[in-house]
Amino acid sequence: MDYEVKLEIFEGPLDLLLHLIQKNEVDIFDIPIATITDQYLEYLDVMQALNINVAGDFLVMAATMIYIKSKMLLPDLKDEEEEDPRFEITRPLMEYMKFKEIAGDFSERELLNRDVFVRQIQPYLREQLADEGSQLDVNLFQLMDAFRRIVDQKLPGVQLKLQLQKWSVKEKTEFIIAHLKQKGSIFFHELFSEDQTVSEFIVTFLALLELIHVGLVKALQRTAESEIRLAPSFDENGENNNG
Amino acid sequence: MDKPLKLIIEAFLFASDRPITLREIQSWLLGETPSSIALALKELQAEYDSLQRSFVLKEVAGGYQLRTQSVYAPYILRMLKTSPTRLSRAALETLAIIAYRQPALRHEIERLRGVDIGGILKTLLEKDLIRIMGRKSLPGRPLIYGTTRKFLEVFDLKDLDSLPKLREIRELGVEQEQLAQARDERQKIETSGKENAASDENEASGETST
Repeated sequence: MDYEVKLEIFEGPLDLLLHLIQKNEVDIFDIPIATITDQYLEYLDVMQALNINVAGDFLVMAATMIYIKSKMLLPDLKDEEEEDPRFEITRPLMEYMKFKEIAGDFSERELLNRDVFVRQIQPYLREQLADEGSQLDVNLFQLMDAFRRIVDQKLPGVQLKLQLQKWSVKEKTEFIIAHLKQKGSIFFHELFSEDQTVSEFIVTFLALLELIHVGLVKALQRTAESEIRLAPSFDENGENNNG
Repeated sequence: MDKPLKLIIEAFLFASDRPITLREIQSWLLGETPSSIALALKELQAEYDSLQRSFVLKEVAGGYQLRTQSVYAPYILRMLKTSPTRLSRAALETLAIIAYRQPALRHEIERLRGVDIGGILKTLLEKDLIRIMGRKSLPGRPLIYGTTRKFLEVFDLKDLDSLPKLREIRELGVEQEQLAQARDERQKIETSGKENAASDENEASGETST
């Protein structure tokens, strides 16, 4: 029997399988495994003939289907308790169909910049609005340099603090946030004071890196030489408004 | 403030390029209660609706924003000289899984989609629709993915709770029933033991449809 292949691009084995099930108009709970497996393999052949790279995922599914087919040909070994071997592909197919449907719903929503539009403030205008003028984002290495300078300034001094104090990153995170909430934006060095130990510096620095990483704080610098400024990028309730 | 509260809020909405929250509005005003702000927002919303403006006041991503009505999209696209932002079907499916399953691990998403999603994750991260929430303490410390605030803005969602409900629990129950039913029926017709597509199909549709 000639089987006409209309070549579509399938995202993966489940996508192809679903296509074959719909094309043959068969029930997902009662897949004619032999027919579908044959068509599936035929499709892989076409893909290979056309030099389309058949991903390993497709082959894994082919193997699973052949296994199921062979299992179904051996009714004697079937135990009453054992479930239909085809459920091994029915289950993932159901899940896949569910998310495919949701994806369809998603694209029917009123999408921003496709269906609905909002005010856009041009970047140049935003720069003018920012009180500090244009500022560069600071990278990790610049932060590390700034931190080293602060530690270097600190180390020559005599340290005779004997009590063991522990600072947690969480505590310091709260400290930085409180500081930024109060002052708006601060200079990097303001986070570190003379009476703190180097270990406290390190904890503060780690807290700062964490805050920058999660996007609650922005590190900015006007020129490569100028002081690094830290600006909050959270709103009143402490939520990130950057994403 | 001697100007009407409603109009001040309208000015905020007009000038802002992102959704603004009730809390933010409160912080920009002196001594206004959240309830009076909420009331003013409701009034504005009703006003725009009744005047049938080309825009509406929407609640998205935890804030309020003026958005044009979708019927004007073709005109605006012409003005912006752009084509609408598009996401591939694969990207949408992946995003749907992350939205409902977050915090989600890559291998979980790949299991559901049956295909590698490295490239898609990168695209979604670049578009700022998903974010890395951290790492799971499992071997290999896999990354955990979740959706962003931008995701809510793009998909017109007030918050994550307003995602259309997955009728999962109920549906799963039905699914189990259907699976059991399908099995029973298959055992009944098993004697023939054939794998012919056409007859299988007929029997299946005849017996399992309710």
